[in-house]
Amino acid sequence: MALDSKIPEGPLADKWTTHKNNIDLVNPANKRLIDVIVVGTGLAGGSAAATLAELGYNVKAFCFQDSPRRAHSIAAQGGINAAKNYQGDGDSTYRLFYDTVKGGDYRSREANVHRLAEVSTNIIDQCVAQGVPFARDYGGLLDNRSFGGVLVSRTFYAKGQTGQQLLLGAYSAMNRQIGRGKIKMYNRHEMLDVVIVDGKARGIITRNLVTGEIERHSAHAVVLGSGGYGNVFYLSTNAMGSNVTAAWKAHKRGAYFANPCYTQIHPTCIPVSGDHQSKLTLMSESLRNDGRIWVPKKLEDAKAIQNKTLKPTEITEENRDYFLERRYPAFGNLVPRDVASRAAKERCDAGFGVNATGEAVFLDFAAAIIRYGKEQAHIKGLDENDTEIIDKLGKDIVKSKYGNLFQMYEKIVDENPYETPMMIYPAVHYTMGGIWVDYNLQTTVPGLFAIGEANFSDHGANRLGASALMQGLADGYFVLPYTIGNYLSDDIRTGPISTDSKEFEEAEANVKKQVNHFIQNNGSKSVDYFHKKLGKIMWNKCGMARNEKDLKDAIREISELRNEFWKEVKVPGESNEFNEELAKAGRVADFLELGELFAKDALVREESAGGHFREEYQTKEGEAQRRKEFQFVSAWEYNGEPKDAKLHKENLTYKNIEVKERSYK
Amino acid sequence: MNLTLQIWRQKNAKTKGKIVEYPIKDISPDMSFLEMLDVLNSQLITLGEEPVAFDHDCREGICGSCSLYINGEAHGPDRRVTTCQLHMRKFKDGDTIFIEPFRAKAFPVIKDLIVDRSAFDRIQHAGGFISVNTSGNTQDGNAIPISKHDADTAMDAATCIGCGACVATCKNSSAMLFVGAKVSQYALLPQGQVEATNRVENMVAQMDLEGFGNCTNTGACEIECPKGISLENIARMNRELMKASLK
Repeated sequence: MALDSKIPEGPLADKWTTHKNNIDLVNPANKRLIDVIVVGTGLAGGSAAATLAELGYNVKAFCFQDSPRRAHSIAAQGGINAAKNYQGDGDSTYRLFYDTVKGGDYRSREANVHRLAEVSTNIIDQCVAQGVPFARDYGGLLDNRSFGGVLVSRTFYAKGQTGQQLLLGAYSAMNRQIGRGKIKMYNRHEMLDVVIVDGKARGIITRNLVTGEIERHSAHAVVLGSGGYGNVFYLSTNAMGSNVTAAWKAHKRGAYFANPCYTQIHPTCIPVSGDHQSKLTLMSESLRNDGRIWVPKKLEDAKAIQNKTLKPTEITEENRDYFLERRYPAFGNLVPRDVASRAAKERCDAGFGVNATGEAVFLDFAAAIIRYGKEQAHIKGLDENDTEIIDKLGKDIVKSKYGNLFQMYEKIVDENPYETPMMIYPAVHYTMGGIWVDYNLQTTVPGLFAIGEANFSDHGANRLGASALMQGLADGYFVLPYTIGNYLSDDIRTGPISTDSKEFEEAEANVKKQVNHFIQNNGSKSVDYFHKKLGKIMWNKCGMARNEKDLKDAIREISELRNEFWKEVKVPGESNEFNEELAKAGRVADFLELGELFAKDALVREESAGGHFREEYQTKEGEAQRRKEFQFVSAWEYNGEPKDAKLHKENLTYKNIEVKERSYK
Repeated sequence: MNLTLQIWRQKNAKTKGKIVEYPIKDISPDMSFLEMLDVLNSQLITLGEEPVAFDHDCREGICGSCSLYINGEAHGPDRRVTTCQLHMRKFKDGDTIFIEPFRAKAFPVIKDLIVDRSAFDRIQHAGGFISVNTSGNTQDGNAIPISKHDADTAMDAATCIGCGACVATCKNSSAMLFVGAKVSQYALLPQGQVEATNRVENMVAQMDLEGFGNCTNTGACEIECPKGISLENIARMNRELMKASLK
């Protein structure tokens, strides 16, 4: 099947408006006759479910957590971008569009990104109207901060818990519709297959995680807002339950999977402390506004720090290497995430790491404390040369800005970051790849839509900070609810979809077969054993830097591990009860297939772009080297085993933006 | 560290539960409490026994899933943390640790340490929202200035993660800190004023219907709350309820 991105004709800035004016609508009386399933209740799924219900559709929403409010969007810290230009620093829709395309290393769709920038301002207005308590200044107006990869302040925030507040906003909008009976909410339910009837997505099979019951649910359309697949690395900043299963099952039923190798490794996470580690904790990128990243200049100092015979505060200024400021003077510590992560890895690989494992760099607030302290001393008319006063005033300001993050760091690492620099290291955080969708957010399966992190469309090869929340809410509040109408307008006479068809039967039988296999398999190794092994392969061979040999090894190793998994996995307990190991087994089975496709995608992409860095393709200075011939989206068609997946290419064209060397110098 | 764990095991809501003892060895003080339970579970799986079921997800203190009652305290001995942020360095080698689910009439046990907190969702369905449709043409976000103090106080209330530690801690199993936090968030913002009367009445009525107890001002909820939600929110909810009754 040839890929048709269905991008509307006309000038870039008019495409979305024109498209909205021309697509078919469903009248309010007919909306009552149409059911829509939404899988996932994070920012994308939650906002979509609420908006679709407001419009009048009958929504069934599903989440594996015990409440929609616990979806992992809740953990996003830093903020959400919008081209409001409240700070008067020259921001505009075009600039947000430009920054996002450039930040994505010219691997995203112009039309999608422009639409995202257009609706960004609506998101802020909508959230304020819902009662989201964004940070405000003393005049009562909304405050902004600056994030990596841009030169303006366009990030709105609610302390270090922006994701939480936005998700609770979407959850509140859902609650209103649940109360009205327009959303039927299924908590602790996991989607295990999508059902295709006559070529259209018409329902899903779920497992009730409390009773173990396998259920059939039908609808006129299915929307996946099931998040990303960072947990293929085992260790990531994702929640323990975050998984690829819904997306992968959709892929196996015909939805193409796009750019699986584009992964975001976030530069500011708390380093790994030992083998017991179950997940990694992110420290918001906003810390890079005031924190300076460095390692010792001298190798002997780095060794002494690693052995704990030297304290970081004992190293003088001239013996510190502020490597981001040195390499990228224009953006300094605020370069995009992929660039910052790779630079940290480069220093650590060269032996300059600063913790026992040699895999950490410093994030230092000493300079910010002095700067803020002096500013406050000046405002308050106090002595600007009294170091004690300055230290106290400065720490107060830093505390008011980042207090909760500093507290979190101290709880985990048991060190006081006000007195000694934080230690950070990159960790897997977000996946730009995902299910391929057209401009209407429809997958290659008619009636099956994908939104938020689950799709691939807006971030190209690298996502800028504070853009995930923007995209999730843009898709859910302002894009999908309109574009899905165009599809559903053909369904006004269809009537309820029966779950008694042979397609539902077949899908349910498949799910039951897998569940029974896990329960009956008399293996010897736990699910986590396989998940951790997969994670190690992914991190070592498909991580921050990749090469042909490693990727080929990874493909072989993952495939072998998958065979071993099906033979040797042990799942205790029964299928008809709460059984977390059983749920995990199903998720890891899918990660073991996705992981191989991921490596295959990375192998085919013989260039470096954003989060995908191939060692063979770098400039003399060690920067990513894009190649014109790879200016396309890889969309993989399922064909049995991952090794047999078929590549389709969607060529990317840039008419409104000049494709340039992506420089942050 | 070597520890003795005394853990509540219960097959499902219908069967009776009991405390079971599990010795555990070589625990690193850098592990989180849940990672310590992971170690136990992996040992149980290897032995062919059923692992201990507990709710957890984000493991960074924000989703509100984890809900363990450790040595008689919701989320354990540390302050301002959830169970997933509690680290083993807070315990001593040789300690015996009792681990139970969050207990309350309105939070029935599902299995082992997992309880059903959907009562919290139903309270939110009753009024935890502002009735605004998604249109793309609500007024500009800066159209109504909100004083920094009010915005910050609303934010402090809104940081509630809905874990239920307040209920588990309260001798009356009261949910008033949880409900007070949501009522306060909206009461402090101009956008929440229009529906203030119905909101507080409906949410409090649902809270009572779910079987949560009343508040007797012991203040235990505020102390055990991982997000430090202030008792002031209960006072504000009572004030809002009083105001509503006079309308």
